[in-house]
Amino acid sequence: MRDALLLTGARVVDPAGGRDEVADVLVSGGLIRPAEDAPTGAMRIDCSGLVLAPGLVDPHTHLREPGREDKETVETGCRAAALGGFTAVSPMPNTDPVADNAAVIHEVLDLGARAGLCDVFPVGAITRGQDGESMAELGEMVEAGVRMFSDDGKAVSTPRVLRNALTYVKAFDDVVIAEHCEDDSLAADGQMHEGEHSYALGLAGKPRESEEIVVARDIAVARLTAGRLHLLHLSSAGSVELVRRAKADGLRVTAEATPHHLVFTDADLVTYDTSFKVNPPLRTAEDRDAIRAALVDGTIDVVGTDHAPHAVEEKEVEFDQAPPGTIGLETALGAILTHLVRPGLISIGRAIEVLSTAPARLIGASEHGGPIEPGRPANLVVFDPDLEWVVEPPFASKSRNSAFLGTTLRGRVVHTVYRGELVVADGKAQR
Amino acid sequence: MNKHLLSIHDVTAEDIVRILDTAESFREVGTRVIKKVPALRGRTVVNLFYENSTRTRISFELAAKRLSADVINFTTSGTSVAKGESLKDTALTLQAMGADAVVIRHSSSGSPLTLTKWVRGSVLNAGDGTHEHPTQALLDLYTMRDRLGRLEGLRVAIVGDVLHSRVARSLSFALVKMGADVTLVGPPTLIPPDAPSWGVAVSYDIDEVLPKLDVCYMLRVQRERQRQQYFPSVREYARLFGLTRGRVGLLPEGSMIMHPGPMNRGVEIDSDVADLPQAVMEEQVTNGIAIRMSLLYLLLGGRAEEVSADA
Repeated sequence: MRDALLLTGARVVDPAGGRDEVADVLVSGGLIRPAEDAPTGAMRIDCSGLVLAPGLVDPHTHLREPGREDKETVETGCRAAALGGFTAVSPMPNTDPVADNAAVIHEVLDLGARAGLCDVFPVGAITRGQDGESMAELGEMVEAGVRMFSDDGKAVSTPRVLRNALTYVKAFDDVVIAEHCEDDSLAADGQMHEGEHSYALGLAGKPRESEEIVVARDIAVARLTAGRLHLLHLSSAGSVELVRRAKADGLRVTAEATPHHLVFTDADLVTYDTSFKVNPPLRTAEDRDAIRAALVDGTIDVVGTDHAPHAVEEKEVEFDQAPPGTIGLETALGAILTHLVRPGLISIGRAIEVLSTAPARLIGASEHGGPIEPGRPANLVVFDPDLEWVVEPPFASKSRNSAFLGTTLRGRVVHTVYRGELVVADGKAQR
Repeated sequence: MNKHLLSIHDVTAEDIVRILDTAESFREVGTRVIKKVPALRGRTVVNLFYENSTRTRISFELAAKRLSADVINFTTSGTSVAKGESLKDTALTLQAMGADAVVIRHSSSGSPLTLTKWVRGSVLNAGDGTHEHPTQALLDLYTMRDRLGRLEGLRVAIVGDVLHSRVARSLSFALVKMGADVTLVGPPTLIPPDAPSWGVAVSYDIDEVLPKLDVCYMLRVQRERQRQQYFPSVREYARLFGLTRGRVGLLPEGSMIMHPGPMNRGVEIDSDVADLPQAVMEEQVTNGIAIRMSLLYLLLGGRAEEVSADA
């Protein structure tokens, strides 16, 4: 038991193992071991006052590689992930070239393995070149390890394409189709949520209905196919209500919310600040509160960051010329702790469930999300739930387009253990 | 007054009266043989036009020159912008050259506000996207007050593509601020969904509105809106909402017809109607120079005694 690491005195929060108690956790040889087996020479880290949980899992990341390495690479994105407490991330396929074939998937997997900072579970495109029409070779990508497919950035063109995709993947075990719900004809040219603020700012709007129409369409197709459907970054009260009903009807539908949709509203855009330009757009306080309620009652299953790095010069422009997106890996945990756990909307246990346990299940990351038990791979996060910090550069991400920039968060990652290795110690990346 | 003029929301009713009154004294300058006062001598005004505009750019240029300011016209074709320079870098360049005021026209809503982050001088919005065009609204108010003697209680219809019109927005906000009675008229597809919150009335029937007006303000309707299916054809638009020869007789005696230009004769307004004596488009242009002189003068803090002094 060389390399033994004993994390002592932390509050262990492990929804998968049904635990919430102060305990010591021993890590050795990449695995969790019984604490009582700790050798006398083990490296001991005092974690009293801190929370120890299964490493976070981001089911929705943009790592930009291959193609836009100026914004992010797999390595810089994985470092940002580790600093944010993530031990697994799922990069979306809208790279250049698109991850619509096994070769690109293998490339991303290799880059992730080389970085060695967290596990990378690439999402494959549903359609070739994300054209929304012609199905990509899903089987070959499943063989390469893909468990989730999505054309994230846009919805598939027609219900027929979705029907075929949901039906075709039944040939494989536990494969999920994830949809970005947006109707182009209603959302066309839209820069933000359509409402009071878009009217006042003179910006073209995206009405709630541009999302809800596709959510309703996709749920209908899930009903038709009895397929396994996941809905990405829901932004409207109507959308979560549709999902709530679909779940009550017993459909195999899950849904995601992002930290920024859980925190901000369209009122934050009144100075044309492009940091808040995201897609789907930030909507009203009523919508945000409905998404929060859906996270509380289980209608929303997972939190995904939709970490979307963009170069400074791309964001520091006229509002309608800026690309949508905010980075999120380094702020997700702090945002959820500050805005949902601290006000008492959810428990720390529920926070870990939506940030780790449930997304691990969603993307098929069986070595993540807990339980924290002897013999399991040691993918862990240790965080200080009370530490106050101001979000500001430098970030580990290559980009700094954060909607949380300048805000104060309470709760920050102290250590991240990935496959038994301390990749983040005392809030600093170890490599 | 605020340092910048980005929106009609930046000025109070009292500010508006002051702007119009100051313009009144500047209009006289335009009638002199030597149309120049030294109020802004040694100051630099930059016209930064990202969108084509002949009348607004020339109007601002003349206004600044009549105040003896140094004027730089920065249009986007054939410049660093055409070579891909960003708004930020252009702004920093202008800042480094010591611009006291930047007049910006841009197709992106909010660009004038964004510009204030990078320049220290005053920023004047000369039209941004579908957001606002405050100097146009102020010159229109000036023209109405000049002709009709008041703004309060004035009955004004703004007719046409209100949805995409920065002029209609600024003008509505300004008129409501001054106590006028505003009705927006157009096909429902071209009326903003939030119009009721502006404090204005909405009508889809121009014939019902015309007999009750002091001012009929026509907006330019782009043919492109037909392609986007906001209305079925230009022919039908003109028939239902155009100020036609047959319809103009519904306007009460003494009422005015206005248009911000450029006009689409035969679409929103018949050619003969545009040439009637009650159509005051040329006065709007003349008054535009005086209003812009007034704004540059007030925003740049010129001194009152310089107004009367001959150059």
